Amino acid sequence: MTDITQLTGQAFWLPVIFIGLMGLAFFIYAILDGYDLGVGILLPHDSEAQRDQMIASIGPFWDANETWLVLGIGILLIAFPSAHSLILFHLYLPVTAMLAGLILRGVAFDFRAKAPEDHKALWDKVFQAGSLLATLAQGYMLGLYVMGFEQSFAAHAFAALSAICVTAGYSFIGAAWLVMKTEGELQRRAAWWARRCAWLMTLGIIAVSIVNPLVSDTIFNKWFGSSLFIILLMIPVFCFVLLFIVDRYLRLFPYPNDFGCWIPFASAIFIFLLSFIGLAYSFLPYVVPNRLDIWQSASAPESLMFILYGAAVVLPTIILYTIFSYRVFWGKATQLKYY
Amino acid sequence: MLEPSVIDTLILSRIQFAANISFHILFPSISIAMCWFLVYFKLRYNGSGDDVWMRAYRFWVKVFALTFALGVVSGITMSFQFGTNWPGYMETVGNIAGPLLGYEVLTAFFLEATFLGIMLFGINRVSNRMHTIATFLVAFGTTMSAFWIIALNSWMQTPTGFEMRDGKAFPLDWIEIIFNPSMPYRLAHMLVASGLTATFLIAGLSAYRILKGDHKPAPRLALKTAVFAGAMLIPLQILLGDMHGLNSLHHQPAKVAAIEAVWHTEKGAPLVLFAIPDKETQSNKFAIEIPNVASLILTHQLDGEIKGLNEFPNAHPPVAPLFYGFRIMVAMGMLMLAVSWWGVFIYWRKKEIPPLLLKIFVGMTFSGWIATLAGWYVTEIGRQPWLVTGVLSTADAVTKTPAANVGTSLAIYLTLYAVLLFAYVRTLFLMARKSVLVDRPEEVETLQEKLIDAQTAH
Ligand code: HDD
Ligand code: HEM
Ligand code: HEM
Repeated sequence: MTDITQLTGQAFWLPVIFIGLMGLAFFIYAILDGYDLGVGILLPHDSEAQRDQMIASIGPFWDANETWLVLGIGILLIAFPSAHSLILFHLYLPVTAMLAGLILRGVAFDFRAKAPEDHKALWDKVFQAGSLLATLAQGYMLGLYVMGFEQSFAAHAFAALSAICVTAGYSFIGAAWLVMKTEGELQRRAAWWARRCAWLMTLGIIAVSIVNPLVSDTIFNKWFGSSLFIILLMIPVFCFVLLFIVDRYLRLFPYPNDFGCWIPFASAIFIFLLSFIGLAYSFLPYVVPNRLDIWQSASAPESLMFILYGAAVVLPTIILYTIFSYRVFWGKATQLKYY
Repeated sequence: MLEPSVIDTLILSRIQFAANISFHILFPSISIAMCWFLVYFKLRYNGSGDDVWMRAYRFWVKVFALTFALGVVSGITMSFQFGTNWPGYMETVGNIAGPLLGYEVLTAFFLEATFLGIMLFGINRVSNRMHTIATFLVAFGTTMSAFWIIALNSWMQTPTGFEMRDGKAFPLDWIEIIFNPSMPYRLAHMLVASGLTATFLIAGLSAYRILKGDHKPAPRLALKTAVFAGAMLIPLQILLGDMHGLNSLHHQPAKVAAIEAVWHTEKGAPLVLFAIPDKETQSNKFAIEIPNVASLILTHQLDGEIKGLNEFPNAHPPVAPLFYGFRIMVAMGMLMLAVSWWGVFIYWRKKEIPPLLLKIFVGMTFSGWIATLAGWYVTEIGRQPWLVTGVLSTADAVTKTPAANVGTSLAIYLTLYAVLLFAYVRTLFLMARKSVLVDRPEEVETLQEKLIDAQTAH
């Protein structure tokens, strides 16, 4: 690991800023593409009308959502090129599977609207399969990453568990999105889905929280050997409080006047945020667990400065017009009209 | 020397990269310019209030949406390629390639992706003016994205503005890096190539609709717009191509020697119209030549000297693909010239396009794809054995991933691409046929409209 005291000025803080930006990009990605992947996974086989409604609810957004993945992987590439190569070297096959999934769902989305009636059901299946493949692959990659790319049976078993739990997490946020954006029969169904997925996701969060400190002494010491222990404890506690609130809320769904339809989605965002902070705290300052830290793998300061100027201007603009776009499509999703 | 296993990985990775980028470029080459066509339709509608422009818009925006979706998903694959297959690339020139790719994401992708939602679904939710602005921003975004990626690609062809320290490239002057010597030519040539690709797609599908008995004014209007756009763009493209070639002669003489199949340095070199270049004997078989014309084109003198491949022992690109690729591109250009001017001539005589010409337009629906791919193959294979001219060779950049993994991913991609390409082309013609059947194109049922119907029926 780099001796931080030896670093000064730009060489120290540029990598810190960029790991922050990258974390932000991946976090926004997990939320935004999370819900639209989740909606894809949940597509029901028994109702074409509900499928139409669900897909209409993500129509205007999915493309921009996926762009956050490009930004995240882009920052990894720009700011930490050697880490980027190392990570993608270990994840070669799951990345391919994820890309195949993303390709399938992206095109299925458009083909289904243009295909003649008899092909629409087929494209819907492709959409669902693609979404599922992408989330399973992402979860698997997260698992391998947490295990430090170890090539053992245990590592792959953990990765498989992680694949299922990440998929549950995405399905949860997808269902929560539907609770917020739809009404009637579909909304009630979404509430039911959200509750089941939340249980599975809870299981996943517990599993990661147990395995993580067990496999690595560094992580163990970071959490339990620290004087901040009490503050750190807030992260899991908050997480479970939120999960509990959501569960109680969904149990009695629906409410008059659509009371609190945003609660599950907002809670999902916070649960994702807390899990994300937990993971980040476990691994920082490493980009590749126990192998490369952010300073070892950073690009030249002159390159990082050049892109930082741009990012400082452009990122806030992007966030502003993303908010604008969500405002335009505010409210229940049934009124969308596709030109 | 490379290990044999690395050679397999290298060859498979090269095939995979070529397959991925070739598939990807098919869609940008349409969407970049088609979006400007949409802006044009929208502005004409705003200006004249004539509903025909809006109908043209409505049909083509659907084609655009489909094309764009394919462009996005294949592009996401591209952005992973550098790490999965060419780690040496980022490790050596990452300081330069990284920021350029980064700016593309920041300034282009988000712009197009976010406003695309408003452009496609928002027409009833925002004012007409805001909708026009959204359409414009998407068009602007796609063009910006071409700007950045071409800047990077051109820098790989003609690198400037950097220095090497410990085997890594460090940026010295960003302006010089972005506006490197071949960049303006390549960008202009590519943007016009996109214009032509979109033009001939619009002309082809419109002609198809008319041939299938569509009597509405919208396809006629689109056809006319496309014919005039094509007739204006193609001379410009030929001029730009010529300037581009002269620029390459200056910076990458080996590439031009291979394009023209000049094996030995020569004064008053002939223009080789057709031949079979033979690597073994270093000569052309069955050559059909016009004396002195190559020298005339490239040096603007009848007996100008052209450097032959013999000046670049073991460091020149393979001849045959460049030679044929270039001729395919130019032949397509000549065809486009003939066909679009024929169309203009007919309009000038105030007549309707005859069925024969309509059929030719249908046949040329995807001619832009052929020329664009041929052009890129010339450009890219012409850079070999270098990945970044004079800085990094392709073989040094390849991944250590086992060949079996690369083979697996390649097989997956190729299958996907074959299926998607088939589905794309088929769907385009299906959409064209479907719009013949309905009286007013906007009555073609789309998914959300059906939803609204279902709602009101309740
Ligand atoms: C001349 C144009 C051109 C060229 C040579 C390339 N692209 Fe591209 N790309 C575009 C023009 C474009 C575009 C017009 O901006 C696209 C196509 C349709 C679209 O959605 O945007 C796009 C989409 C697109 C996307 C999805 C963006 C999104 O989420 O909206 C990615 C990640 C890439 N590209 C990446 C690449 C990479 C890594 C390339 C080269 C190695 C590349 N593209 C070559
Ligand atoms: C868009 C149209 C493009 C097409 C059709 C295309 C096609 C190709 C082909 C056929 C090769 C293989 C050459 C060989 O190995 O003999 C290649 C190589 C390569 N190109 Fe491009 N290219 C395009 C654009 C780009 C751009 C924009 C970039 C980067 C900014 C790029 C980066 C590379 C790299 C890194 C290689 C090395 C890998 C290899 O040799 O296969 N290409 N390209
Ligand atoms: C008819 C006259 C044309 C000439 C003289 C011409 C010339 C050239 C030359 C010399 C190159 C290689 C540049 C290099 O050194 O790397 C090139 C590349 C290319 N050409 Fe053409 N071209 C013509 C027509 C067309 C047409 C009709 C299209 C497409 C519709 C097209 C699309 C391309 C593309 C996409 C490239 C690769 C990107 C680039 O380097 O700009 N060209 N052209």
